[in-house]
Amino acid sequence: MHPVIILVAQRLGLGLILLFAASALIFGLTEVLPGDAAQAILGQAATAENLANLRAEMGLDQPAISRYFQWLGGIVTGDLGNALTNKLPIADQVSRRMSATLFLAFWAAIISVPLAILLGLIAVRYQNRWPDKLISGVTLASISLPEFMIAYILVFFFAVKLFWAPSFASVSPGMPLLEQLHAISLPVAVLTLVVLAHMMRMTRAAILNVMQSAYIETAELKGLTTFTVIRKHAFPNAIAPIVNVVMINLAYLVVGVVVVEVVFAYPGMGQYLVDAVVKRDVPVVLACGVIFAAVYIILNIVADVVSILANPRLRHPK
Amino acid sequence: MTTPLLQVRGLKIGATVYPPGEKPHDIEIVHGVDFDVEAGKVLGLIGESGAGKSTIGLASMAYGRGGVELTGGEVMVNGRDVLQSNLRDIRKLRGAEVTYVSQSAAASFNPAKRIMEQVIEAAVLQGKFSKSDAEDRARALFDKLGLPDPDHIGNRYPHQVSGGQLQRCMTALALCPEPDLVVFDEPTTALDVTTQIDVLKAIKDAIRDTGVAALYITHDLAVVAQVADHIMVLRQGEMVEYGTTDQIINAPQEEYTQALVSVRSITHEEKQPTEPVLRVENITARYAGTKFDVLHNVSVDLSPGQTLAVVGESGSGKSTLARVITGLLPPRDGAITFAGRTLSPDQPSRSLEDLRELQMIYQMADTAMNPRQTVGTIIGRPLEFYFGLKGKEKQQRIQELLDEIELGEGFQDRYPAELSGGQKQRVCIARALAAKPKLIICDEVTSALDPLVADGILKLLLNLQRVEDVAYLFITHDLATVRAIADSIAVMYQGRVQRYGTKSEVLTPPFDDYTDLLLSSVPEMKLGWLEEVIAHRKMESAGN
Amino acid sequence: MLKNIPLSAAIGLIITGTYFLAAIFAGVIAPYGMAETVGDVWEPSSAAHWLGTDQIGRDLLTRMIYGGQTTIFIATAATILSFTTGAVLGFIAAVSGGWVDQLMSRLVDLFMSIPSLILALVILSSIEATVVTLIVIMGLLDSTRVYRLARAVAVDITVMDYVEAARLRGEKLKWIIFREILPNALSPLVAEMGLRFIFMVLFISTLSFLGIGVQPPLADWGGIVKENKEGINFGIGAALYPAVAIATLSISVNLIADWILTRTTSLKGGRG
Repeated sequence: MHPVIILVAQRLGLGLILLFAASALIFGLTEVLPGDAAQAILGQAATAENLANLRAEMGLDQPAISRYFQWLGGIVTGDLGNALTNKLPIADQVSRRMSATLFLAFWAAIISVPLAILLGLIAVRYQNRWPDKLISGVTLASISLPEFMIAYILVFFFAVKLFWAPSFASVSPGMPLLEQLHAISLPVAVLTLVVLAHMMRMTRAAILNVMQSAYIETAELKGLTTFTVIRKHAFPNAIAPIVNVVMINLAYLVVGVVVVEVVFAYPGMGQYLVDAVVKRDVPVVLACGVIFAAVYIILNIVADVVSILANPRLRHPK
Repeated sequence: MTTPLLQVRGLKIGATVYPPGEKPHDIEIVHGVDFDVEAGKVLGLIGESGAGKSTIGLASMAYGRGGVELTGGEVMVNGRDVLQSNLRDIRKLRGAEVTYVSQSAAASFNPAKRIMEQVIEAAVLQGKFSKSDAEDRARALFDKLGLPDPDHIGNRYPHQVSGGQLQRCMTALALCPEPDLVVFDEPTTALDVTTQIDVLKAIKDAIRDTGVAALYITHDLAVVAQVADHIMVLRQGEMVEYGTTDQIINAPQEEYTQALVSVRSITHEEKQPTEPVLRVENITARYAGTKFDVLHNVSVDLSPGQTLAVVGESGSGKSTLARVITGLLPPRDGAITFAGRTLSPDQPSRSLEDLRELQMIYQMADTAMNPRQTVGTIIGRPLEFYFGLKGKEKQQRIQELLDEIELGEGFQDRYPAELSGGQKQRVCIARALAAKPKLIICDEVTSALDPLVADGILKLLLNLQRVEDVAYLFITHDLATVRAIADSIAVMYQGRVQRYGTKSEVLTPPFDDYTDLLLSSVPEMKLGWLEEVIAHRKMESAGN
Repeated sequence: MLKNIPLSAAIGLIITGTYFLAAIFAGVIAPYGMAETVGDVWEPSSAAHWLGTDQIGRDLLTRMIYGGQTTIFIATAATILSFTTGAVLGFIAAVSGGWVDQLMSRLVDLFMSIPSLILALVILSSIEATVVTLIVIMGLLDSTRVYRLARAVAVDITVMDYVEAARLRGEKLKWIIFREILPNALSPLVAEMGLRFIFMVLFISTLSFLGIGVQPPLADWGGIVKENKEGINFGIGAALYPAVAIATLSISVNLIADWILTRTTSLKGGRG
């Protein structure tokens, strides 16, 4: 078999194991620590007796291992269990909120990816000159602030002072797309700013790494124009690291989304997770945690697979 | 009188340096150099590292690598000063009139594109040939350069051919646009010696057949003597001597050139084997997690106070043998006897006595010394560790050792970063000597050094051997070094000892095929050597 | 060594120093009590209240100073915990190699395959957030990153010939770790420490902002944003002061880290 297929299969297999282990870790973390769901529901007023009753009712008296596999089986079949607080199926909430979150992340990605690559190219083109320094400066500043701070700064100026965009991102199903986009313009801007900084920095480093290769010198010594050098020699080698950078940063969006949704009261997965944590609704936390972790892990696997596929040494073995 | 193809006058080249703890500033690295290259002739540029030879070569293409800037003088190519030209005109010159062959073809080929595409790129884009003509030309060049399967090798990717083959592809790349001048920048330095000779011959024939002029840059005078018509000797950015190849090799005027020519002239009286201090018997070894042996049944002896040279090319297993003897790689089979004791196969279980009496010196003195320890600490530690020396006594012994390695006063408090390459290697020698060893393993200890510095190190090692009566296991790929210092020799090839005996036995014919190939491949400092060897080989293969 | 500090690093040192001093002497320099109501809701800045008052009429400058104390204390303690755990385990993994290294490294891979914020949220859903638990959670989660760096740096050093030379001499593990590896690993680790500290400041602020970090009445910078965020919709900038504080602190720590890193690399460069 072609070695690339074997490598990709290995990576995918490893990814599957990692997904499995991550779910066990998340489940385990809520188990090992003191306190359980029954106690959380009953609170301080719990007597030993009704605590035991509730535990039996919820299946908490069974050993952790069997509960883990039950829970995992549920996830695989799409049954995420019921929330503690309102007893409603978690899966219903998740499917609705997931699409809202993806909508937000999608637009953030659509804007930030091309922008980051473009800015990265500009920074390389004008390396150590003012455009590069300006971009690095802005990047440093935005890396130095937590997401919610950037959010409130934008809200303060663009929503409150200038009235350009709403400070709460309320989106309803029937809204026309343009109105929806207007509603989420500030959260998208925040997410864009947050990932842009990292993505730009890493893109710049990836391109610089390629541009400093000896084969770029060879191309220059062939008398090729800068544009041809970049198009024919730098780009084919830079594409894999750039895709890698993009994937890693999309994974980073997963984290950014949690905070941004809270700031803008946007009904997505992030807000759902934070609400559940505050209310100690462990089943919801588990479900959301696993979904976030899975998205993050899958994007990282995609990044690895792209690097394998793009490597000429692996694609054309000896 | 015709104008030369390349005329360089008063060339000055500067660079920005960033010394630690200081502000970046500009320095001059080439201080006004003049030379000509006539059409169809080859000029050799020779010098040690830092002489500025590559920088001068690239200046003929108006190219400054990294932060290098061409600050003054004239570089006339075909009557035009390229230093005064705009970028458009310079681009027309690069890849068309002047082309470049780098030291590392492996890094200089784009890994993502097929070889053919890269070889013909300049010729096609510069409008010299149509795509199909350029491809025909490339295939003809592949054939001329002795590449296997010249019609199809261009379809491969760079990583799919060997290092020597890729270096020839790079030469084809440079010759394809039919340039007037090719800059060869150490084109054979990264190759094994038996590969080097074929590539060298291929380059020489291609130069002769195409009538192209060349600047041939190298640190190896014996190599450049085979291909150049004229030679310019450079040192620290200035010309030392210029002349015909014959004159430079046979009648050098300047002291520096004389030293370069005679660099491998150390002589050493061969000693006869006695009761061995080190006996290696039937060693077979492989690295953990691999499925093949890198050493097969290796047996050698080394007599006290003598030198055993282990010679071979990369991959021959010579460095692995050192790892087995030091106990870093326990062998699968075989035994090692040292000073009458059987050595434990793995290092941690050896006695302090065994560790002390068996010392090692490395190829890269840079990484062999902790950059955060002073010379005094580095040399003092074995004294303290093995002999418990302290205070004044230790200081005194450190100074004695420094005197022995000819460094003298004032070095104890210096850090490795403050020493030159040769000085660093001397400190490493002192550290080994401090343990009062019976045997020192020297792993390519002179390979990273410039020839004159290496010469000094070898002389020092021979002197120390006389004084301290220490045996050397000398691992090297350099046969000239072997001739200079060895008492006995083991030639290694693919993990086996191919030939073994006293120096005179090993170096006296009849040879086995590999030893013959290896010995005859070492460039000699005389004109016409390359042709002699090739003719000799043709005769032999005709005779078989 | 201190005579040629570049301007940027000097600025970084001064600002960082000021913040730390303010945190240490918060009780002395704060004009009012931390939980003391001294004025109206969201008063604008005045001679009595330089930064105005907060959503229930406490002096904002006082809140900021005490908030800085909490934030900086938690971040510092978590950084120290993360560093000692991560660096010690990383060195041990690098020097021992074999299954010890494999086991620890795969475990760290697993922890790093999930974003730390998500892990922190999962953990904080079942235990109570106190200053101590926050420090432990943040410190341990972050120690995975320090582990990776420390291990990588130490592995780079252990393959150096000078470490091999020390082994061949017969030196014990203690000498190899403390005399050969540590002096060469210190600079990159110290520079990383600065970056980890910034990350901790951002992390604890985020947790507090989400309502699961530092609990009232204790003030911290993330909490001040949470308390005053409603004001933003009325054009009151009280919630933005922590932004300025966090940004200036982390930029100045960044400047110091950059300086330490360039000093290290130029030292390496000077070796050749």
